[in-house]
Amino acid sequence: MSGMDAEVFDQFIEQLWRYVHERLIPAEKDVIAANAIPEDILDEMREMGLFGLTMPEEYGGAGMNTSQYVETIRVLSYALPAYRSITSINLGMVCTALKKSGTEAQKAEWLPRLAAGEIACFGLTEPGSGSDSAAMQTTAVKDGNGYRLNGSKRYITNAPFAKLGLIMARTSKEPLPKNAHVSAFLVDMEKAGVTVGKPDKKMGQEGSQIADIYLDDVHVDGDALLGGEEGQGFRTAMMSLDNGRLSVAAASAGYARRILDTAMRYAQDRKAFGEPINQFQLIQAMLADSEAEIYAAECMLKDATAKVDAGEPSLLPAASTKLFASEMCNRVANRCVQIHGGAGYLAEYEAERFYRDSRIYTIYEGTSQIMQLVIAKAMLRNFAAGGQA
Amino acid sequence: MKILVPVKRVIDYNVKPRVKADGSGVDLANVKMSMNPFDEIAVEEAIRIKEAGNAEEIVAVSVGPAKAQETLRTALAMGADRAILVESDEDLEPLAVAKILKAIVEEEQPGLVLLGKQSISDDSNQTGQMLAALLDRPQGTFANTITLEGDSITVKREIDGGLETVKLTLPAIVTTDLRLNEPRYASLPNIMKAKKKPLDTKSPADFGVDTAPRLKTLKVSEPPVRQAGEKVEDVDALVAKIKALGIA
Repeated sequence: MSGMDAEVFDQFIEQLWRYVHERLIPAEKDVIAANAIPEDILDEMREMGLFGLTMPEEYGGAGMNTSQYVETIRVLSYALPAYRSITSINLGMVCTALKKSGTEAQKAEWLPRLAAGEIACFGLTEPGSGSDSAAMQTTAVKDGNGYRLNGSKRYITNAPFAKLGLIMARTSKEPLPKNAHVSAFLVDMEKAGVTVGKPDKKMGQEGSQIADIYLDDVHVDGDALLGGEEGQGFRTAMMSLDNGRLSVAAASAGYARRILDTAMRYAQDRKAFGEPINQFQLIQAMLADSEAEIYAAECMLKDATAKVDAGEPSLLPAASTKLFASEMCNRVANRCVQIHGGAGYLAEYEAERFYRDSRIYTIYEGTSQIMQLVIAKAMLRNFAAGGQA
Repeated sequence: MKILVPVKRVIDYNVKPRVKADGSGVDLANVKMSMNPFDEIAVEEAIRIKEAGNAEEIVAVSVGPAKAQETLRTALAMGADRAILVESDEDLEPLAVAKILKAIVEEEQPGLVLLGKQSISDDSNQTGQMLAALLDRPQGTFANTITLEGDSITVKREIDGGLETVKLTLPAIVTTDLRLNEPRYASLPNIMKAKKKPLDTKSPADFGVDTAPRLKTLKVSEPPVRQAGEKVEDVDALVAKIKALGIA
């Protein structure tokens, strides 16, 4: 995919870099204290166009290709993870689902609103089911021209802020082949019968919120059914999850750079035995390993996204990049704490927060173990087909 | 009213400049460049005047290399309506730039020329004043606050020890100081729109201006490195030290 004009993109990245350093990073303390992004910053982010990166230009977005989108996320992720998180469902899952499966009317209605920054959430996971759709309990029963939704969803990112929910529900009691018992619905979160639970307490990632969604006899019109066709929900959900891997990989690489810069500054300022601790070779080893690993992740991101844009097979590079970048970010955060010594264990320094924030990257959008399985499966298949991994 | 905003492409304010090994100037190879921060304030002020309904058009102009197009695109993305690039690869002195700007002012007839008080590249702080003199128009330099009223403009100027208020009759030249405003970031939608705004390219020869340098740079050097101080045991030692150094 060609994406947006390269010069325009470069100019935007320059502005974004400044915005991240001059506005978003200084506001981090407020975001953490309130466990939410202040409304004025959110409005600025909307105005900057950060919610419209991936929407096509004719729907009010920027029409970025994957390389540009992922690079933007990497630059944005130098700041607190909550800033990426608030945009991620709009830009990733819900945008992809609408673009690939939405009817023309659904695209025309929702894409411009999402690009303008109405926040979306994505309801797949339930208390008793995640990727195993057969166990899904939420139901959508035909009711006149529309449907009546009942059930609950768990761990839903951005649910407390969302105006739009893309909700998976079963339209057939019996499990059907190819998960055709699951359909996707575009639900206005302000509709009667929709309630959002208290935000869950998390290890880190302050400012970003997850919560349960309860659906109690929520009536939606027929045109809320994504694509106007039953049975497409799960396929849509899986396709939408796929491209989230590179976003998390970019978040990991961007944040790792921030973490290393912080470690560098501390190692320069902190003195022991009469000299800065960056003069000690065992500290230097930790810094050098971090630099090499971040560079590797940056290169992987460039290569994997170029393959996506060229329409080449990208499952293996994308999963490998997610696996490596997220684990790498955790190693760098761990070293950052170590370089800080006792200070690294104190909440007064950022190292402690980096350590907690990074932890989610090896878990969501597919754990490292799932990535290993995805990678191995593709390797074995390729090997069997042509004798090469 | 039309506002003309001259902008300059300079070494980015976050970059630590390095002097070339031969001392002939600052090393600009592979260095990040961006819009002079004082000019950015001028663009922002022009946009605010337009947003308040006191101007119809903002024209950004830059005198510099082809790459200065990027700087003009930033001005357009912030909210200028069109741009003029006077392309020159020479390192033009403030007088040459002021002469070119004078020719553009005569062509465009702006009610107000808003520009940075100086560029952070050479800190000359001359272009605005020279332009005012060449045009024989009133000038308000180091603007901290400006207010438009009919055909006049009131400028609060930052001077040593306080603020001085002057009232100028339009058309006038105003140069901006740091505290005039906080410039906005160019948003992605506006950067995309800016690509479609008109940008004319001209050369100094089009204006028949003599741009020959009047100055010769003899040598550029890094500021001297500050020497570490010395700690003394007590007051007596301090007094003795001061006497020995002949300071007191």
